Amino acid sequence: MSDSQWPLWEVFTQGEKGVPHEHAGSVHAADAEQALQNARDVYARRGEAVSLWVVPSTAIVASAPSDAGPFFDPGNDKPYRHPQFYVAPRGVRMF
Amino acid sequence: MSGHEEASGEPVVAPKGAPPKIGAPREAPVSNPLADYLLRLGDDRLILGHRLSEWTGHGPILEEDIATANIALDLIGQAAPLLALAGTAEGQGRSEDDLAYWRDPVQFRNCLLVELPKGDFGFTMVRQFLFDAYSVLLLDALAGCGHAELAALAAKGLKEDKYHLRHSSAWVIRLGDGTEESHARVQRSLDELWRFTGELFVPDAVDAAVAAQGIAVDYAALKSRWDAMVNEVLAEATLTRPADGPMRVGGRRGRHTEALGHLLTEMQSVARAHPGASW
Repeated sequence: MSDSQWPLWEVFTQGEKGVPHEHAGSVHAADAEQALQNARDVYARRGEAVSLWVVPSTAIVASAPSDAGPFFDPGNDKPYRHPQFYVAPRGVRMF
Repeated sequence: MSGHEEASGEPVVAPKGAPPKIGAPREAPVSNPLADYLLRLGDDRLILGHRLSEWTGHGPILEEDIATANIALDLIGQAAPLLALAGTAEGQGRSEDDLAYWRDPVQFRNCLLVELPKGDFGFTMVRQFLFDAYSVLLLDALAGCGHAELAALAAKGLKEDKYHLRHSSAWVIRLGDGTEESHARVQRSLDELWRFTGELFVPDAVDAAVAAQGIAVDYAALKSRWDAMVNEVLAEATLTRPADGPMRVGGRRGRHTEALGHLLTEMQSVARAHPGASW
């Protein structure tokens, strides 16, 4: 189905200073400023965010469902890639 | 909701002396200028908020529908404590709800600009822009005034209004500098609305009286800053600023267009159908 509305933008919100921006959803907008304003009104009007990113949806390169096998499965049987065998010194654990 | 019975009959401002002759301007002295001034601030935002809320479910696109509803809520949220403060200043025990739902048009003190029917989306955005620019400057001035509660409300509202202005100016620019049709429509809206802008900057006896109580706004300075803001956006929008002709006034003294009566009929219908109901 073709979308007859304005271009789609992906919205990322940062809940508080210092934490990563997380994907919140998407909005339609004719340009970047409007995308930012629409993102603010749709995803940040109740004080959910301290910072917003908007990215044209077309700029996102995504893996396909058919990639799932070769991309992600091999990680499960390679325990040496997981560093949890090591005992971390107390000073490090504080972080 | 309580005490509405005393609200429905009595005008907020009791004219002293003989009643004015029919057709003569009602320029009786205002008995309580502070209450009247706070009503002007509250009513502007209540009525404009209601006008904007009429777009809910009818916005040109989902995101804009949410944006206009959001701004409408901001404005009604600003109106509530201003009306509560007006009720306190009035000293007759009227709450914000009594003032919003149990006054008649002649008792409202909003400027005419905000009560005009919403028109098309371009008309709504041009009106919003003209008011937002005024409101940002006014609240900025009031945030430093000598009335502590009003200053606090102005500082809070100012943050919201700066966003409203960013939103409405972006639309004026987009539509003005858009297609041939969008340009023609917003230019026509601007031409229609212009004669209602003069009222925003004409101080009267109420302004003079509250200035003596520490709420002094320099309207000449406000107007020149407003002119600069408006000119900048209109230039970017490729719109022509209308010439300053005769200006429509009267809202601040309760002389309204017929549009306010229709608006209030709808806005007050639930409260008046169920007096004293709480929800």
